[in-house]
This record gives sequence, structure tokens and C-alpha cells, in this order.
Amino acid sequence: MADFDWVFFAEVLTGGLLSGVMYSLVAIGFVLIYKTSGVLNFAQGAQLLFAALTFVSLVERDVPFALALLLTLAAMILLGLSIERVVLRPLQNQSPMTLFMATLGLSYVIEGAAQLLWGTQVHALELGIADTPLQLGGMMISSFDLFAAATAAVMVALLSAFFRYTRLGLEFRALADDGFAALAVGLRLPRILAAVWATAGLIALIAGLLWGARLGVQFSLSLVVLKALPVLVLGGFDSVLGAIVGGLLIGALEKLAEVYLGPLVGSGIEGWFAYVAALAFLLVRPSGLFGQRAWQRA
Amino acid sequence: MTTSLASSPRVLPLRGLSWRRAAPWLLLLVVAWVILPWFASPYVIDALLIPFLALSLAAVGLNLLTGYAGQLSLGSSAFMAVGAFAAYNLNLRVEGLPLLVSIALAGVAATAIGLVFGLPSLRLRGFYLAVSTLAAQFFVQWVLVKFSWFSNDNPSGVIDAPPLVVGGLAFDTPAGRYLFALAIVTVLTLLCWRLVQSQTGHHFIAVRDNEQAARVIGVPVLRTKLLAFAVSSFVIGVAGVLWGFVYLRTVEPAGFNLDRSLQILFIVIIGGLATIRGAFLGAALIVVFPLLLSRLGSLLLGQWFDSGVLEMSQRIVLGALIIFFLIVEPQGLAALWGRARRRLHKRASAS
Repeated sequence: MADFDWVFFAEVLTGGLLSGVMYSLVAIGFVLIYKTSGVLNFAQGAQLLFAALTFVSLVERDVPFALALLLTLAAMILLGLSIERVVLRPLQNQSPMTLFMATLGLSYVIEGAAQLLWGTQVHALELGIADTPLQLGGMMISSFDLFAAATAAVMVALLSAFFRYTRLGLEFRALADDGFAALAVGLRLPRILAAVWATAGLIALIAGLLWGARLGVQFSLSLVVLKALPVLVLGGFDSVLGAIVGGLLIGALEKLAEVYLGPLVGSGIEGWFAYVAALAFLLVRPSGLFGQRAWQRA
Repeated sequence: MTTSLASSPRVLPLRGLSWRRAAPWLLLLVVAWVILPWFASPYVIDALLIPFLALSLAAVGLNLLTGYAGQLSLGSSAFMAVGAFAAYNLNLRVEGLPLLVSIALAGVAATAIGLVFGLPSLRLRGFYLAVSTLAAQFFVQWVLVKFSWFSNDNPSGVIDAPPLVVGGLAFDTPAGRYLFALAIVTVLTLLCWRLVQSQTGHHFIAVRDNEQAARVIGVPVLRTKLLAFAVSSFVIGVAGVLWGFVYLRTVEPAGFNLDRSLQILFIVIIGGLATIRGAFLGAALIVVFPLLLSRLGSLLLGQWFDSGVLEMSQRIVLGALIIFFLIVEPQGLAALWGRARRRLHKRASAS
């Protein structure tokens, strides 16, 4: 290609990386739960939908922005705590597959409840952040994407710091490393798990608001979970770093494929491309991005 | 073949098959084959019995893969779609192909696609595999929507299923279509039932319970996994044909979405993993409960219980049922059934 448009390429790549940060944010929610409770929490998407719907409905009922945010956060933490209490605690020591299926059922319950409570119509979510194209070195970049990516990046950084430097973060890691040893040295498991699920609620809230402002708040928002799954396959279910890098990689690949491959095979490939890309990658490198050197992933 | 298991017969003899044991099943077959088509109203047949049969068969297929061989799949409805569209196109494009042959070939097509998407199972396990089966779900649906050749360039993407004619016999009444589906379901279910009792079925279970141990005792793990994907996809593909040709009488990609895949997984969970009868019990519950719920809802809440509320409360109740079963009875309805029967027996023998 003689006249390859590098500026356009960079623009697409940047757009992909920016949405990749938002994938990473959702993926980290998964990793957090997976590392500590051993559950692949399929209901994460439903939680996200619940958060966005609750927030938008409160704002539409003339609740001030900050108060609505606070109320939604409280609701999400409550939701997370009750999931842990009502669904997962009775299932302790069951196989990971059983737990996963329970979260499948849970996602149905939450999606149904959220829409029963707040209705099924599409809401526009206005966060008060301008969505104007910015000129950056010849590239057009949406200012909202930039803001969303920055927020997600800050969240990711905060969570990483929290894991590394706080006492509770240390307890998280101890639990993730070896549950029995953590119990044996006297860590209070229920308290840690409660904290984990509350944090997952917070992540769901932020991801829900960012995605909701982008896509509109509606049922399909819960399908964001399907965007995060290939990221996890790529990065590993138990690696925060993997979730970050995997998210960026999938975001970039997806956008590039849609722009450069899409015209060749037909549009709409973003539904499956990430999955196929992740599988192809694993075929070459079975240990994934940062997994242990094993010949298969389990 | 393996050395350690080679001495065991490939298909185990029917264990203690006596009239006493077989009687309830024969009775069930008589009810299904003679009494139901005779007495059930066309509405019951069309709205309950036929979808029940199609979903049961799909659940039997998924149960082979997930319940017996332990490979969680979230892409069942993709294989249903492959089956339905393959049968439609075979029927449309191959002159004079008998319906039953095109249904069988549709199953073969689903098998081929199932093998392709089963390949990652050789390297991925658990959640990694479950997620990669989603690739099948989205890819197949995309292909069927994107390339209108599959739906014969029909602008709406919705196509009419051909009439059900076998050897000059038309199955066009509700009872006729029911019997058509029932015949296929009966035959395939019996085959699956024999399969899980065969050595292959034991290999499935060995791979599920402990892959490492299975390999050590000489089970060909990779072949067993692929076989599980192949057989399961075949059965699910045929179930897809029934769903499209016999129940909806139309074929469209949108009907075979992730929700349908999860529905079939839910049937397997509610009915009981690794039981054939569980697939039928679970499917019965899944088909009947929305009706019960809507009756109950409009009875209790009247006007307020509109279709939107119904749909949402269906979701909630379904999800809650899953969680309930996983917590209270992980073995599903099949185990409840067995326990109830034993209790009845005890009471009968005590008195």
C-alpha cells in the first residue's frame, strides 16, 4: 500500500485503545471476584446495568447528581453484599462451574428486577461531559472517550495501589493466594469477601455510568460483560495486569479489524472478532499473556 | 484402543432389563405415542408439547457434553441454528432429497461445526472453554445474518419451513407434527441413553471427573472430548431442525441467540446434570412455568400484570429457580423424582 493513511490508522488505534481501557475496567471487576472467591461472576454485566439504570432513574426524578451517585453506590454495595450472603455463601466449597451457573441465574434475577423496577425504555445518560472531537496531531479524538479512558485508568491505578499498599489489599491477596492459609492465620474471610463484593459494586457503578453514557442505558448494557470475557481469556482470569493489557489489546484489535477487515468480510464483526482473536492467540501461546507456563489453561 | 479398558465390552449389556423395570418407561411411551396425540388439544400440542420435545432433545444433547463429559458450553443454540439452516438449505437446493435424510445431514453439518468449535477444548478447560464456546454463538449468528444466501436471499431473513412429508405421508396437523417430532426424539434419546451406558459414556464421565486420572488409566482424552462435542452437536442440530421446522415452522437467526443457549443450559441444570430423564423434566418445567406464572400473575395482580411485567418476572423467577436448585438440589429434578419414588416404594412395602 503506497498511500497508507498513517494518521487515520493512528486515529483508529487510539480510539481502540481508549475503548480498551473501558474493557479493562470491566475485566478487572471479574478478576477481583475471581481471585478471591473463585467465581467467574457472569452477573457483573447485570450489576452494571442495575447501577446505570438506578442512577439514571434517580436523576430523571430530579435527585441531585451527587446524591444520586451516592444512593446508587449504596445500592450497589448493598446488592454486592447480598449476592455474597444469599447466593454464594450457601454454595461455598461447590465446584467453580456450579458457582458460575449460579451467577448466570443471578444475572437473570438482577436484569429482571432492574427493569421491573425502572422500566425497559432506553434512557439517555448525561454526565455533563462534552463529547466534542479534539484535534490531536491531526487525529480526531472524542473528548468523552478521553475522559472515560482517563477515569477508567484512574480506577485501575487506584485498585492496583489498593491491592499493593493497604492492609485490606494484602488480605485480598492472601485470600487469593491460598484460602486455607488465609483462614489459618486468622483473616476474617466473610469481612474480606464483603469488601470484595462491595468493590465490585463500585466498579460496576463506574463502568455502568461510562458505558451508559456512551451507549444509552438499556438492557443491552448488560451485554458489556460479553466484551470483557475475551479480554479475560487473553489476559487470564486471575491477572489484573492481564486484564489491563488484554483490554487494551482487544480494544485496539477490534477497532482495527472493524475498519480494515470489516469492508472485506462484511460489517458487524465486532460481535465475535474479539473471541476469535483471543482463541487464535491462545493457540500460539497457550499460557496467555501473563499466565504460568502451562500447556493448557485450566 | 486402550489397553486397560480393552477387555470391557464396548457396549455394556442391558443391565437387569426386566419387565418390572421397563414397565414405567413403556407406559410413558404409550402415553406419549397414543394417549397424548389423541386427547391433547391442538393448542396444547402446538404451544406446549412440540417446544417441549425440541427443547428436551437439545437438552439431551447438551447434557452429553456438559453433564457427562464435563465441558461447559454456552453456544448450544448456534448448533441448533446450524441444524435448522442446513436442513432448510438442503431441502431447498437438493432436488428430491427426502426430508429425513436432510434432517440427518443437518445433524452432520452441526457435527462438523461442533468439531471446529470443540477444538479449543483440547487446550482450554473450565471457564476458558466456556468462554470460547461463546465464539461459536456469535460467529454462527453473524454468518447467518450476514450472508443472505443461507436464508435464500429472503429480505426479511425469515423463511418458511418446508411441509413435513415423509414417504408421501404428510404430517401437517398438530398431532401429526407432534408425532413426527416424537419419533425423532424417541429414537435419538434411546441412542443417547445407550451411548452413556457404553464404554464411550464411561469415558465421558472419566474425563469429566478427573482428566489426569482418565489419561493415566488409558482413556483417549482428546478423542473422547471431540467425540462428546460431535455427538452433542449432532443431537442439538437435529433439535434445531425440530425447533424451526416443527415448532415455529419458520427459521430465523434471531431466534437462536444467547438467551436460547442459556435456556438449554438452565434446562440441564434444573433437570439434573448427567441424567437423560432430567433433560425432559427440566424442559417440561421451562415450557410450563411461563404459562403458570402468567396465569398466577393475572389472577393475583389483574390489570397491572401486563406483558412487560410478565417478561421481567419470568426472568426473575427463572434465575431464582436456577439459584434455588443449585443450592438446594444440585442434582436437579431427576434426583427429586428418584427420591420421591423411593419414598413411595418404602411406604408401599411398609404397609
